[in-house]
Amino acid sequence: MLRLIVQRLLLLIPLLLGLSILLFGWVRALPGGPVQAMLGERYTPEAAAEIEAEMGLDQPLPVQYGKYLLRLIQGDFGTSLQSGRPVLDEFITRFPATIELTIVALVFAIGIGIPLGYVAARRSGSIIDHSAVVVSLIGVTVPVFFLAFILKYIFAVELGWFPTTGRQSATMIATHPTNFYVLDGLLTAEWDAAWDALMHLILPGIALGTIPLAIVARMTRAAVSEVQNADYVRTARAKGIKPARLRSEHILKNAMLPVVTTIGLQVGLLLSGAVLTETVFAFSGIGSFLANSVFRADYPVMQGFILLIAVVYALVNLIVDVSYGLIDPRLRRQQ
Amino acid sequence: MSANELPVTGGPAAEPLHPSIHGDGPGGQDHGGEGVWARAWRTLRKNPVAIIGAVIVAVFVLVAVLAPVLAPYGGSELPGRAEVRPTMIPGPSAEYPLGLDRYGGDVLSKLIWGAQASLLIGVLSTLFGLTGGLLLGLLAGWFGKSVDFAIMRLVDLMLSVPSLLLAVSIAAIAGQSSMAVIVAIGVVQIPIFARLLRGSMLAQKGQDYVLAASALGLTRRSVTMSHVLPNSVGPVIVQATLSLATAVIEAAALSFLGLGGGEPSTAEWGRMLTAAQQELAVAPRLAILPGICIAVTALGFTLVGESLREALDPRNRTRR
Repeated sequence: MLRLIVQRLLLLIPLLLGLSILLFGWVRALPGGPVQAMLGERYTPEAAAEIEAEMGLDQPLPVQYGKYLLRLIQGDFGTSLQSGRPVLDEFITRFPATIELTIVALVFAIGIGIPLGYVAARRSGSIIDHSAVVVSLIGVTVPVFFLAFILKYIFAVELGWFPTTGRQSATMIATHPTNFYVLDGLLTAEWDAAWDALMHLILPGIALGTIPLAIVARMTRAAVSEVQNADYVRTARAKGIKPARLRSEHILKNAMLPVVTTIGLQVGLLLSGAVLTETVFAFSGIGSFLANSVFRADYPVMQGFILLIAVVYALVNLIVDVSYGLIDPRLRRQQ
Repeated sequence: MSANELPVTGGPAAEPLHPSIHGDGPGGQDHGGEGVWARAWRTLRKNPVAIIGAVIVAVFVLVAVLAPVLAPYGGSELPGRAEVRPTMIPGPSAEYPLGLDRYGGDVLSKLIWGAQASLLIGVLSTLFGLTGGLLLGLLAGWFGKSVDFAIMRLVDLMLSVPSLLLAVSIAAIAGQSSMAVIVAIGVVQIPIFARLLRGSMLAQKGQDYVLAASALGLTRRSVTMSHVLPNSVGPVIVQATLSLATAVIEAAALSFLGLGGGEPSTAEWGRMLTAAQQELAVAPRLAILPGICIAVTALGFTLVGESLREALDPRNRTRR
């Protein structure tokens, strides 16, 4: 198991190197070139000359890339044009918000998707089966930001059940030791602050979780339909095993492998979706910050965030791959 | 036998491939004398889901093509400019069946012109992605070894960035225009098509008929082009149909993020949705109508793509 983890971590290095080359080239391909990209609206010939000297743009490209890579390794991802703060700091302060949102979205997607897909497969042709098909179609065809609009309009604007924007009500006074607002509220025993932060997560979480919900439900339905007709399930049933045990030990557990893969792959989708959902709900995570950077042509942030998001994405998929071993003992032995 | 039925199965993206499917050799033929595509077409005709999808797609394409005839006003016209106040946006009336938007544009006309914009973006970007992906996939599948390795690492690299972010960064280089959006969405699809075609070609390469063709002394070029490739394009064509749905949605997402250029009042579904955000409480129809258009169009392409996938799936062949 440990060997697998180390192996996969080593494989990350060429990926990140390749990505850094692409992003290095990307900044140079931007309209106006890297200097314009770094300075944005503050562009003056003097500032440009200063940046050019600082970045060594007169040097050959490999040397420039080497310096860029060296800065990356030291954790220097550049400076945001919007805020003037280091890109890495901006990422670290906002990332907990996006993690919280992603967790709520995944809980929603898995919590509804797996039972829905399971029942749909077990009662093929029933109303639940048909509704599972409809849900998975809605999930893949309705744009996530449109869904966010609609949820916000119905449940926040019209019904007033949930707050419309932000991570916490402006009137709420709370301390934030970790920047995970719900966790902060629990740690400091400020229960109302935790509840308030949770309420702010519900609508964006549902909007973000709908596409994964559709895909998880669909995968579960397909996997369970295949497994439930397998020979070993028939044998187990013939041996008189208790139905509850048959369901949990034989059907569900074996059907989960493709579903877990799917869930891992959803993380990229969630990070894409977070850009849109966070913007609609003015939720200050990495997604809305990135969307603002696109609006304001804040290229250092785009460059740094894309690299950091790729790292997160790769790490999540690593965790998913490792978790196969926990679900499937056959893979454990091979490893 | 089935040449006249072919154009329906693949759509515009598949056309260049048709001659090779029914070209020489046993490539495109299946046992029993009936082509894979002819059988798929027969299955599709009986599938109500496929028919619903096809009807949606047909209506969408008709509206897009006939936009100049159908739309009461031009795409960039703002006929109701004088009637719109910052506090009041007139709703549906005899003159404007779906009301006006904040710029004074006729919502019905803008939706119709928006269909045209979406169709153009969808088809062009999918063609772009398909061409790029086919080229890369073909190179990888043809040469194998080091070429395959290099191409697949590039594909991995592109897939390591979430798709929307990749599209956004490409659009940032390509500038503020609708062409930039087309290129951005197209590039994002390249790795998907490339990986799909490569996998599909690898699976075919080990098949007996390919070995037989090689044993008969056919050149690698002729084995690849007339045997392996025609039998590998099925999944790619399914993906192309599904890609049309994603392209429509992604185009809306990019214009929601302020990419794509043009006036804020441009008759484009994503742009209309963005503009409507500020009037959500006053005039929700401004957001709901373009949103429904996007969703229904995407649904149409998804239904057609999924039915096509089912019809082409060899595991379903016994279910005649």
